[in-house]
Amino acid sequence: MSAMRLLRRLAGLLALCAGVAAAAEPVRDDRGVAWQGGPPRRIVSLLPSLTETVCALGACDRLVGVDRFSDWPAQVNTLPRLGGLDDASVERIVALRPDVVLAARSARVAERFEALGLKVLVFDSDNHAQVRHSTEALARVLGQPQRAAQLWAAIHRDETAAAARIPPRLRGRSVYFEVDSTPYAAGTTSFIGETLQRLGLRNVVPAEYGAFPRLNPEFLVRRSPDLVMAMDRELATMAARPGWHTLRALKDGQTCGFESERYVLLIRPGPRMGEAALAIADCLAGLPER
Amino acid sequence: MNAALALDLSRRRRLVMGLAVAALALSLLGLGVGSEGWSWHWSDADSAVPMELIVGQIRAPRTLGALLVGALLGLAGAIAQGLFRNPLADPYLLGTGSGASLAVVLVLAASAAGGHALALANVEWLPRIGLVVAAFFGALGGVSLTLLLARGAQEPLRLLLSGVVVGVVLGAGSDLVTTWSPDALRGKQSFMLGSTGFLGWQSVALLAAGLALALPPAWRLARALDALGLGEESAASLGLALPRLRLLLVVLLALCTALAVSQAGLVGFVGLVSPHLVRRFAPAPQRFMLPASAAAGGVLMLGADILARGLIAPQELPVGVLTAVLGGGYLLWLLHKRGVR
Repeated sequence: MSAMRLLRRLAGLLALCAGVAAAAEPVRDDRGVAWQGGPPRRIVSLLPSLTETVCALGACDRLVGVDRFSDWPAQVNTLPRLGGLDDASVERIVALRPDVVLAARSARVAERFEALGLKVLVFDSDNHAQVRHSTEALARVLGQPQRAAQLWAAIHRDETAAAARIPPRLRGRSVYFEVDSTPYAAGTTSFIGETLQRLGLRNVVPAEYGAFPRLNPEFLVRRSPDLVMAMDRELATMAARPGWHTLRALKDGQTCGFESERYVLLIRPGPRMGEAALAIADCLAGLPER
Repeated sequence: MNAALALDLSRRRRLVMGLAVAALALSLLGLGVGSEGWSWHWSDADSAVPMELIVGQIRAPRTLGALLVGALLGLAGAIAQGLFRNPLADPYLLGTGSGASLAVVLVLAASAAGGHALALANVEWLPRIGLVVAAFFGALGGVSLTLLLARGAQEPLRLLLSGVVVGVVLGAGSDLVTTWSPDALRGKQSFMLGSTGFLGWQSVALLAAGLALALPPAWRLARALDALGLGEESAASLGLALPRLRLLLVVLLALCTALAVSQAGLVGFVGLVSPHLVRRFAPAPQRFMLPASAAAGGVLMLGADILARGLIAPQELPVGVLTAVLGGGYLLWLLHKRGVR
């Protein structure tokens, strides 16, 4: 199978050298695998954010199955559930005869399905640029390249509107966005971090720590962020962590606790990133002045 | 004979001294490692964080907590190895680890699924008090199941096999839950790797009380362990009520492990390695082995915690990864030295 891929890649390279492919550069996924053939009519998505993207691009009715975590928009809830990335039900997926399977970078899934003769497209989505790339690639694959630009414009519009809604007193304030209570933070380079930055907030975690660093809890006591965002059940007990009662944000009530449905929206890199920005802005606009 | 005894005694004295010095030195180091890396300047001029907070509320309890968690695991490991006369026995052998992690995963999944269905008051106690208590009772539940399967603690081999079965089945149970609830998966990962980050004075008090309660009975049961080491018949011929003593030892082992796990997650290897460490430096009867293994466990755990905090500060490494590297490295070195291939 990998020999096949190598051959295909070689062929692509040769074609490129000959200047043949220059006219219409094929769509490639994040592994460099090119998409050939017409728009797929039967799609299986194994990642909630890709499910959302397909639907946002107007192709929801082409989905024939999704992973168990896909839950938006509501109409995907009626589709067959095919497991998760690590335990996808291969047999059922093959039986659905999809024209393409959409997945995150998880070699086993892709290789297994490709060995079975299915086409697989793999996309990363750690930051805005990657989400944008996967959106554009999917739009072209679906045969509606113009919709990506529309979608992206809508996200951008929402983000701008959200930024405008941030009270001036909060601009440039430092923020800690908790991804997990261990504590893992959303770093500057993650898509959440990028959204926060667009809203005019300063991440308490410096960029060089990477996308989702696991921090020493003491770090936050020292930096004492002005704002804290987390899942509401974590926020409720945060002050009980050693020394954390001194966090400026907790003392001043400058916190955003999101219930789990809302929180899922925030941590899903897809077409609702603009909506996520608005959700954050709503919370910030409603914070009491201290 | 006398000379050999004197040698043993002096080796023991040296080990005790060594552990005490290491514990003291590491404790001091523990006060100096934080999110700024190694630093003795506790208060920042710019953010004006008081030293009392950084050292008194964060580093001191964390340092002591790590020491105590390690001590409980070391003690549990020594009991397990004595009980089964097997140097590969560790505290999680009888289903404590898998029981605790299943309970934790269930609580995480329930609180994620319950989300907004539950009132905020409930949501508050679920993850925090809930996880600690769940881990504790989950661990005890795992052992109880093992005892039930083995029909008591009379037969070590059956107990061992039951422990393995319970471990596998409960482990599969928590895997099942996590495939359904991604929230639980994230929580489980940090629990499996162990975490000393949020040990506060409350945890220290609990752990210290637990150790203080466990050590005296362990010490009293040490003679039974020694007798067991001579073999079943010899032990029985000494007039020991073996089934009852074994059960007591299992209960003690379970309580120590459950307490440690509830506060710091499934930190691996400490319980396995600590008794080896003690045996290597000072072979001794269980009366010495048990407390010395506890001390060795504390030192190992604290060392790992300090590295976890310091190596890539202000980011942290999972402490369980470091105990595995340190403990595993030590065992390998031991094997190499003994020439076992």
